[in-house]
Amino acid sequence: MSNVKEILFDPVFNNNPIGLQILGICSALAVTTQMSVALVMCIALTFVCAFSNLFISLIRNQIPSSIRIIVQMAIIASLVIVVDQILGAVAYETSKQLTVFVGLIITNCIVMGRAEAFAMQNPPVISFVDGVGNGLGYSIVLMVVATIRELFGSGSLFGFEVLTLVNNGGWYNPMGLMLLAPSAFFIIGLLIWALRSCKTEQIEEAEYEIGGHTALSRA
Amino acid sequence: MFEYYLSLFIKAVFVENMALAFFLGMCTFIAISKKIETALGLGIAVIVVLVITVPVNNVIYHYLLADGALAWAGLPEVDLSFLGYLSYIGVIAAIVQILEMFLDKYVPALYNALGVFLPLITVNCAILGASLFMVNRDYDFGESLVYGIGSGVGWAIAIVMLAGIREKMKYSDVPEGLRGLGITFITVGLMSLGFMSFSGISL
Repeated sequence: MSNVKEILFDPVFNNNPIGLQILGICSALAVTTQMSVALVMCIALTFVCAFSNLFISLIRNQIPSSIRIIVQMAIIASLVIVVDQILGAVAYETSKQLTVFVGLIITNCIVMGRAEAFAMQNPPVISFVDGVGNGLGYSIVLMVVATIRELFGSGSLFGFEVLTLVNNGGWYNPMGLMLLAPSAFFIIGLLIWALRSCKTEQIEEAEYEIGGHTALSRA
Repeated sequence: MFEYYLSLFIKAVFVENMALAFFLGMCTFIAISKKIETALGLGIAVIVVLVITVPVNNVIYHYLLADGALAWAGLPEVDLSFLGYLSYIGVIAAIVQILEMFLDKYVPALYNALGVFLPLITVNCAILGASLFMVNRDYDFGESLVYGIGSGVGWAIAIVMLAGIREKMKYSDVPEGLRGLGITFITVGLMSLGFMSFSGISL
């Protein structure tokens, strides 16, 4: 039982797919201007990741290794079509805001990466749990970024006004930059810095050692 | 007419830059931008694949998948647009494979230069993203060709620029936790900020 727990929570905290493995950032940045949109994206990705792991793991012994990528792609693409159709029916407005990014779950490296690295070697139930865990790991980063961007960019959380805007007679002047592309990069960069300051074993080796005689290296 | 296409091209390269404005292809963008040479090879590969796949997917969408597109086959009421994702990714995987075999046989120099990047491109979000944007914005064949070239060139420019910056940056004394990945994100953010100055440009 502890094994299941480990597989579920390891990708959330210790081995976060975005923070450490740099997978799936493509969509992580684009859909984070509003928390509600980000939440829908998280649910969609967790669903696809969990079920693609489950199905691929179920047929892992039947897939010839030479065409395994195509088989994985076909399964993932079919699941994404299901998600897209459901979103179109249930949450039409949100699916319009997500535009192409639901479709891009197909090429999200987290889904492909877990299918290839985990589901191909492990039994179905464990693979399903691993998919959920990685989906949660992705979700937690996405929601943190979305919270920062929506709170400071439009003064609201999930569309409810928290900081009253100047336009509405309040005091908060929204930071327009937070809603634009660059802020997403800055926030992710700073999050990685914060994460690595806590978990120092994740710090990367320097590619170039600054010589001992320079003043900088002693500073 | 020419001006319209030129404007579309400029927009795809600078204003709606795949990497810096839409965050597409980020995984490879960050991972393979340590050296200018490899970045350039990957950039060229992306341009080549985009120029082929976007128009091909455009034809497939307009003649097979769109609502009523099968009228030429006597099936005017069929709407296969839900098969879109599956077809686009299939087309991309197939074209990358064919391109790889073709280059291996006829242009070995380019094949060796592109090396491992070609198969990697199948899972690059920029490629699928361009096809999806093309469908989303309802481009016709000519527009999709220009858009394919433009978005590819934009992505290539961005990755080569980032590689140039990173080659210099490895000699700088970056705070430990920020080293590598963190500082790369900050750099890309600054580049994206720079590219925002192009917004609103139209010819």
